[in-house]
Amino acid sequence: MNPRILAATTGRILRQLRHDKRTVALLVVVPTVLLTLVYYMYADQPTAPGKPSAFDRIALIMLGFFPFIVMFLVTSIAMLRERTTGTLERLLTTPLGKLDLLFGYGIAFGLAGVVQSTIAAAVAYWLFGMETAGSAGLVILIAAVNAVLAVALGLFCSAFARTEFQAVQFMPVVVAPQLLLCGLFVPRGQMAGWLQAVSDALPLSYSVEALQEVGAHTEPTGTMWRDVAIVAGAAVVALVLAAATLRRRSG
Amino acid sequence: MEDAITVRDLVVDRGRRRVLHGIGCTVPRGSVTGLLGPSGSGKTTLMRAVVGVQVIDSGTVTVLGRPAGATELRRRVGYLTQAPSVYADLTVRENARYFAALQGRHAADADRAVADVGLADAATQLVGTLSGGQRSRASLACALVGEPELVILDEPTVGQDPVLRADLWARFHEMAAAGTTLLVSSHVMDEAARCDRLLLIREGRLVADDTPDAVRERTGVDDLEEAFLRLIRSSEAGRGGAAGEEAP
Repeated sequence: MNPRILAATTGRILRQLRHDKRTVALLVVVPTVLLTLVYYMYADQPTAPGKPSAFDRIALIMLGFFPFIVMFLVTSIAMLRERTTGTLERLLTTPLGKLDLLFGYGIAFGLAGVVQSTIAAAVAYWLFGMETAGSAGLVILIAAVNAVLAVALGLFCSAFARTEFQAVQFMPVVVAPQLLLCGLFVPRGQMAGWLQAVSDALPLSYSVEALQEVGAHTEPTGTMWRDVAIVAGAAVVALVLAAATLRRRSG
Repeated sequence: MEDAITVRDLVVDRGRRRVLHGIGCTVPRGSVTGLLGPSGSGKTTLMRAVVGVQVIDSGTVTVLGRPAGATELRRRVGYLTQAPSVYADLTVRENARYFAALQGRHAADADRAVADVGLADAATQLVGTLSGGQRSRASLACALVGEPELVILDEPTVGQDPVLRADLWARFHEMAAAGTTLLVSSHVMDEAARCDRLLLIREGRLVADDTPDAVRERTGVDDLEEAFLRLIRSSEAGRGGAAGEEAP
């Protein structure tokens, strides 16, 4: 890796995003709209004493999922474009290293994910009165790690798509099982054993658990840090797999 | 002085089809060498092999004294792909500055490269809004921005107007005079006369490797298109036997 090339690549990716004003607007507006929907859906639902309200419980987990879903999509399409327009092949004939490119994407879209989740968290906390025992900073940290994991998975999955139609199909494949099995709909402890085993193997189960820890405890817990480390580790594994899909020579 | 490119017995298969059938040729330093041949003759595959992005089946490709694709060559070789490979959602200047940064160059070098291909007035336009010819010149600026010793240009003048085409060729010769080696492909024969040397390739085989004057002399005609036609006919007649190899 070369710091100058990494910085140039990160800047280039952010500049591409900045030119696409509609995408930037969607990144900012969509989470707010969805949080509003959820707020009014649960507005009249009774809350059991001593438990978080349904909105608090769901909005907290949504803050983790927004950057994951959106950054996965954005990255897999961006990387697919690099592959299909020939820019990837050209980049690989320059002094740019594979890790410069992969980390460039990780940093650029990781930052975009932080901005998105910061705005969404501000809306949830201030506009809709969401309450967590722990600090909002930890919520954003977990969202940021989720965004980086999503970028890494997007970089990897883009290698298996030849068209943008195919690339978007990977979104439900990667996101839906993690959303269903993360413990939001059915607590993980109440699932059948084999479902629990699958859930244990999916990284977002850990980020959801980490968010729930922040929701329930004033101070960061050991479980939360362990969960964050697992998600970060999964991101590193996905980046290594993505690096293996970048070939300087092709047939 | 050793040659900039030496290709020996290069064989490349793509899928089940043999694209290059044992090509051997050299490209001298500080010259403009034209790689001519019809569409589908293997020009792009040969150029990709020289840049080191093509998987080859046998043979060797030596570039600036190193095996093609060696890490240190990445800052010494510039490559223009046939389809313009620049970012459509960045401006011309942003593209050039990014590729300049990859080569350790500065913004001023990038701006000069943009001006050199005649895009100074379009520098702040998004590449996606440019015409096809402008887009391919934006791509060319990104290939030349690092002032590489060897430049591989795959059909750089397609879609350019005649005046610009003449300007670009003049620029290529200026670069060669300053010591740069250029390998330029084209499928239009009228560009052959602008080259110092010619490689004529057809169906993955080399039909000629000579100067334009020598080609004219050997075939006894002045028009290069006609000369190539005669070379192809005589090589096919020669290949009619069991040998399967032509003598250029």
